Amino acid sequence: MTATLAPPREPGSPAPASSRRLAERVFRVREFGIIAVLVVFVAVTAAIQPRFLSSTNIQFILVDATIFALLALGETIVVITRNVDLSVGSVLGLSAFLTARLASSTHGLPLVLVFLAGLGIGLLCGIANGLMVTLGRVPSLVVTLATLYIIRGADVLIVGGSQVVPSSYYPSFLTMSKATVGGIPDLAIVVAVVIAGGAYWLRTYRSGRELYAIGSNPDAARLAGIPMGRRVFTAFALSGAIAGVAGVLWASRYGTVDSTAGTGYELQVIAAVVVGGVAIFGGSGSVVGAAIGALLLQTINSALYVLGVSPNWDQAIAGFLLIVAIVLDRIISLRLTASLRRRSARRGS
Amino acid sequence: MGPGEEDGRRSPGADNGEPAGDSPEAPAPDSPAAPGPEADSPAAPGPEADSPAALDPDAPVVLSLERVSKSFGAVRAVIDGSIELRAGEAHALLGENGAGKSTMVKILAGVHQPDSGTLLVNGQPAELHGPAGAIGAGIAIIYQEPTLFPDLSVAENIFMGRQPLRRGRRIDGREMTAEADALFTRLGVRIDPGRIARGLSIADQQLVEIAKALSLNARVIVMDEPTAALSAVEVARLFDVISALRADGAAVLFISHRLEEVFEICQRVTVMRDGRHVLTSPLAGLSAGDLVRAMVGRDMPERVPGERGAPGQVQLTVQRLTREGVFTDVSFEVRAGEIVALAGLVGAGRSEVARAIFGIDRYDAGTVTAGGRQLKKGSPTAAMAAGIGFVPEDRRQQGLVMEMSVQQNVALASLATLRKAGIIRASAEKSFASDWAVRLSVKYGRLTDPVSMLSGGNQQKVVLAKWLGRRPSILIVDEPTRGIDVGTKADVHQLLDSLAGEGIAVLMISSELPEVLRLADRILVMREGRLAAEFAQAEASEETIMAAATGQLEAQAR
Repeated sequence: MTATLAPPREPGSPAPASSRRLAERVFRVREFGIIAVLVVFVAVTAAIQPRFLSSTNIQFILVDATIFALLALGETIVVITRNVDLSVGSVLGLSAFLTARLASSTHGLPLVLVFLAGLGIGLLCGIANGLMVTLGRVPSLVVTLATLYIIRGADVLIVGGSQVVPSSYYPSFLTMSKATVGGIPDLAIVVAVVIAGGAYWLRTYRSGRELYAIGSNPDAARLAGIPMGRRVFTAFALSGAIAGVAGVLWASRYGTVDSTAGTGYELQVIAAVVVGGVAIFGGSGSVVGAAIGALLLQTINSALYVLGVSPNWDQAIAGFLLIVAIVLDRIISLRLTASLRRRSARRGS
Repeated sequence: MGPGEEDGRRSPGADNGEPAGDSPEAPAPDSPAAPGPEADSPAAPGPEADSPAALDPDAPVVLSLERVSKSFGAVRAVIDGSIELRAGEAHALLGENGAGKSTMVKILAGVHQPDSGTLLVNGQPAELHGPAGAIGAGIAIIYQEPTLFPDLSVAENIFMGRQPLRRGRRIDGREMTAEADALFTRLGVRIDPGRIARGLSIADQQLVEIAKALSLNARVIVMDEPTAALSAVEVARLFDVISALRADGAAVLFISHRLEEVFEICQRVTVMRDGRHVLTSPLAGLSAGDLVRAMVGRDMPERVPGERGAPGQVQLTVQRLTREGVFTDVSFEVRAGEIVALAGLVGAGRSEVARAIFGIDRYDAGTVTAGGRQLKKGSPTAAMAAGIGFVPEDRRQQGLVMEMSVQQNVALASLATLRKAGIIRASAEKSFASDWAVRLSVKYGRLTDPVSMLSGGNQQKVVLAKWLGRRPSILIVDEPTRGIDVGTKADVHQLLDSLAGEGIAVLMISSELPEVLRLADRILVMREGRLAAEFAQAEASEETIMAAATGQLEAQAR
């Protein structure tokens, strides 16, 4: 991303050019690193168990990863501002149940309206989070931890012991998550486009850049006259709305929806975001990286299953990868700081 | 302002503001604001921008703060502050640490709203609602501490919130880089606009801040110690830029402790002391001594009539202590029964030296020897074992555990002596604490009250009690009386004096010169990370210390 901002320089200034190359390399390495791990994982798994690369399995992985990647998009927008949204799993669950019931009770309703309903439910939750964080000045960790339980509680109250079963839907609700183009699920394509749009926004619009500024140095952002409250509020509203849409996809993917849908997703999403190279204390990282992080974690889950490893290992391995990602991130940023400082010192002397 | 000059010079202000072709980017709306009477008189040659003495007395006032005050709780940071800035001038704002300069800057930045007083922008009453309001009013601030976004590129740091746009309101990265490059060319420095800000040297960060202020095309530019981190070449470039800004009709408020720079670049000066406006005057005709007197302004304080004998053995020896970029080659010793003060300006590296001695911060070279033993680097435990006590600058953050009781805080550094089989006995803790609280006449309700309920002065006594409970042979105190009321301050002074009388070696850091002169046997003055001068108590005065701290001694020697 740094590279696109900087036009080539005349050869008269070697030092800055080399530092940019260094920064470039690091940014490349970051996403390259995740992709490399992903490729190695797929290759090793496929070598042991070729069934892993069957088109059905790939489709399942992609659809599951799509839901997480979408959540990771919203979460990244929030994390970049040095906040966190722990309520995404609960929002997904509430939206999944309500939209599933809508889709099973009013047959013939256009799919667009079902999605809009999910988006609206999520947006309301996101707005509530955003208001409490910005107007109430309560740390987002506390606010969203509270709404995690409140929304889940509301979900349980509404759902009770009931559940929506696949046979009650009109067929197109279920088939939308099965449709493919050239072996790739439609949903994955649509979500990839949405994520690309999000990445473009964060990179090329003032409001997007200001989110990074807020997370990178809140005091400086205030002094630069950035409307911090409005930006952070927007981030939470977006995260909520996105989680609401993800709820619709979840209902379509799994069919059976009860009050436990999406339980614990928040931490998996944050894991994906961090593995994808987004700094947990804000200011840097990309939604593309986060999406790849989601894909990687999903691939690992699936690979462990295909290889016959007990699913009990899933969480331990996901946690281990998280630590690897954080350690890598630390090493890279320390290296970068040290080398940039050395250069500055040389220049200064 | 000399009334005699006023008749002699009658060049129109607008003329001074816009020399033909020199300021292609100077925004036009400013010229109508220039007062009219002489506007159509034949163009007299405007004063030369690079001659510091030249200020057109009829230049319009672009900004004035009149009789503003600002309090933070009980602390009255500014009581009666006034600044008037004219188009085309560089105006110095001087004062000791804590005189209220930074608060004035923050009022101009829109960060603080004044409690009373008026702000006029181009003669119109104005209110600055937040930093965006100040930017909108054409005021740019270069802060002493750079405020950059470490994760973003240099170009983005300059243009955040104001990035150049292309079709569809998208940021035009190419244009942004080009504009940043142009700004750096103007400043005569080479910084890659595409690199991220993290890792830039302080000087480079300061230059990015300056570029940011330039990019605003502001009419008023406030520079809070912009040269502190710059090399001589960069300072010269900055001064050229200031001259160019003046030629464009902007006003520069220049804050610096280096008086020679003030004389070199500024035309007028405002001095503040203890939150009040002391004087505003053209610099021509004033000497550095006049300015120092105006800043210090108090009578010589009386020395505490201590009955201290001659100092004893050397307790603390610091040799060639260096931490890259912070302090360099600092050597001194402190003897038993002696109070040595480290004076100097905020940011001269005094606290950093103290922290390094106590092992909180590491150092790159040099040695610290306490009680005959060389101390391990970066180990407060070793320092404490060698008998050093350390009363930090920020007692609330570093000296006390605010939620814990008076008793627990006093006992905190002496737990090893108060425990039996690993368990701290409350009764022992209590008698220990009440012992020390009485000796230091700490005023408290109950020993079990949280220490946060005490006044600042009594909190400081608790910190002192905590360390005295360890019976240190060396005590380092950093700004021991900052923010403490007058009565308690006298108590603390008395206490330090009697501690030295008991044979403790005291190293005191203080920005309050009266305090330094009252207590210290010897005064070491630091300037920009180095020891600049050493005075015995008898030969020191506020003037000589300030002169050494601001580099006037060297200037005179040259």
